[in-house]
Amino acid sequence: MNDMFNKGRLVLWSFVALIFVVLPFIFSGGFSLSMLSQMGIMIIFVLSYNMLLGQTGLLSFGHAVYFGLGAFMTAHAINFVEAGTLGLPISLMPLIGGLTGLCFGLLLGFVTTRRPGTPFAMISLGIAEMVAASALMFTTFFGGEGGIVTNRTAGGAVWGVSYGPQIQVYYLIAVWCFLSMVLMFAITRTPLGRIANAVRDNPERAQFVGYNPTRVRWLMMSLAGFFAGIGGALATINYEIITAEALGLMASGNVVLMAFIGGIGQFWGPMIGAVLVTLLQSALSNFTQAWLLYFGLLFLLIILYSPGGISNLISIHVPVWRAGLIKKLLPSYGYALLTGFVTLLGVVGGIEMLYRGTLFGGINDGTTWVIAALLICVGGFFLKRAIGSVRRVWEDMSPDLARWV
Amino acid sequence: MEFFLITLLNSLSYGLLLFMLSSGLTLIFSMMGVLNFAHASFYMLGAYFAYQTGLVVGFWPALFLAPLLVGIVGAVTERYGLRKVHQFGHVAELLFTFGLAYVIEEIVHIIWGRAPVDYRIPESLDFTLFTLYNTQYPAYRAFMMIVSVGMLISLFLVLTKTRIGMIVQASLTHPHMVQALGHNVPRVFMLVFAGGCALAGLAGVLGGNLFITEPGMAFAVGSIVFVVVVLGGMGSLVGAFIASLLIGAIQTFSVALDLSFIDLMTALGVTIDPDSGWYGGLSITISQTAPVLPYLLMVLMLIVRPRGLMGTRES
Repeated sequence: MNDMFNKGRLVLWSFVALIFVVLPFIFSGGFSLSMLSQMGIMIIFVLSYNMLLGQTGLLSFGHAVYFGLGAFMTAHAINFVEAGTLGLPISLMPLIGGLTGLCFGLLLGFVTTRRPGTPFAMISLGIAEMVAASALMFTTFFGGEGGIVTNRTAGGAVWGVSYGPQIQVYYLIAVWCFLSMVLMFAITRTPLGRIANAVRDNPERAQFVGYNPTRVRWLMMSLAGFFAGIGGALATINYEIITAEALGLMASGNVVLMAFIGGIGQFWGPMIGAVLVTLLQSALSNFTQAWLLYFGLLFLLIILYSPGGISNLISIHVPVWRAGLIKKLLPSYGYALLTGFVTLLGVVGGIEMLYRGTLFGGINDGTTWVIAALLICVGGFFLKRAIGSVRRVWEDMSPDLARWV
Repeated sequence: MEFFLITLLNSLSYGLLLFMLSSGLTLIFSMMGVLNFAHASFYMLGAYFAYQTGLVVGFWPALFLAPLLVGIVGAVTERYGLRKVHQFGHVAELLFTFGLAYVIEEIVHIIWGRAPVDYRIPESLDFTLFTLYNTQYPAYRAFMMIVSVGMLISLFLVLTKTRIGMIVQASLTHPHMVQALGHNVPRVFMLVFAGGCALAGLAGVLGGNLFITEPGMAFAVGSIVFVVVVLGGMGSLVGAFIASLLIGAIQTFSVALDLSFIDLMTALGVTIDPDSGWYGGLSITISQTAPVLPYLLMVLMLIVRPRGLMGTRES
């Protein structure tokens, strides 16, 4: 725990806290404020997911179950507060969500964490389907198609905070997000977090050292459920409605995309994914119906060419920066960016034209198609050469870099 | 009796369809260690290809063309996608197919739109085969069963009796040795992947017009196929076969049974007050629980026997 509180890290965390405080002053519009709130929720969610994936090596396709169940329990708790049968301030509601996630993590994790790897992935998917299907069955708890509606101002104002205005909700989310981030980071530094890494890398050896890999996975799963539940509770408070979609497969798939686009190798990687994906989702879905396709393609590109995600791309440049060699890279990067942009323009143009009219019996204006095809061909040709030159520069630098890694 | 027989026949045809899907998945998994998340997407592609080619050449040529096309798509996927991510490990491969499922669904949106397409049972098969008591049994379901069983027998024969089947089987367990003997193992992998996808495509050709051909069909069937594979034991074809029939039966029978716990209590002479708090929970009928049952069965299996029905290893 000692290095947790060293000076550099303290400065870093204070800086993060400062960002949380300052952000709504910079982006003060209603739309950006609700987007910031959503990002905060997603950061908690995706970091809790990375406790499973990045730290314990459990690829789950059903993490939204804990998020959703936490959210539903919170919705009911808030409704109890409104009915006067429960006296708990809204600010502490995330605890309800977290405990719900923890309980279900303990319960479901006991069954699912027995087998790691691919079986775990399939089983988590099955569990997610089961919970999603039951959500439509037990309508009293899950509210059926319409979901459960709540009122976040229930229980009246505490110390002048009523949670009526969005800015108050943002700060609630910010506080919980910051707390969860610090806690989740701290967990990576505990013996449990370290052993989780060992179980991820070599379960057999961890077992020989005297740890039970199944139990370690189970504990990490429960803890991840706890934080996911916190995220769910905040989602309930933020949106004031929760439907069965929140625990469905789409939501679970979404968090997988976020984690991988951001990169699971670093603690902060998934956060980049959460911010970027939330931003793209709200921004792109306003412009195009095909945003899910772009997402899928981005995801495939990352899996194919940079399996470490965006955070890995950033961190491999740190030694380059330190060695002062970044200048060498810039020309080839500029070349690649330019050609990449041209290719992208062609691809996007083609996809959008396809989307506007479906392929069979849709629009068929020859010239626009020729332009798109030309952009893709020319851009693609030069992009390939640009990537080659980037690779050459990297190879040239590698002897100089070796000292800085 | 009438209900039972008809439902049994229906469950059999559904179960065989499931096996066509899960056998491809199992083959790919046991050979390459890759869990193909996009498997159900290939099933969907099969249905759409059959619809599109059927418009031009009719149903019967489409029955052969569509799986072939799906197989080609599968081969390309393996050659230019999976083989590239192979170096990053199994998780990367799995995620690649996961992303592919998204992309395929969106491409289907682009080409055929979001609404279901009008892919119909061909007229030459659209008649009543026989009438059992008072229920008519459609000929198409029988045709489906014949094709599935024929497919499975030929798959079995190819795998066990032909030279290429021997090489495939040998590559399952001893890829390095097979490579050393001068066979092109990566090409065998590509072949198996394409074959598995073609099987899924065939299931799509047969299932697409019986059920409904729409962009959501992949997600609807995808997780059921996973349940089948887990239940049967990962990598076991026999297990997948038993589990497919089992899941087929459970799903078909439970949808048709409109009984609840309340009915059971009434039959036993116990009456429950409709106003009591338990009434809502107890009045859920079996048909309402139908979507949950396969998953529940899977969870129970994991608790009792984690390796599945016929699985040989724990993980």
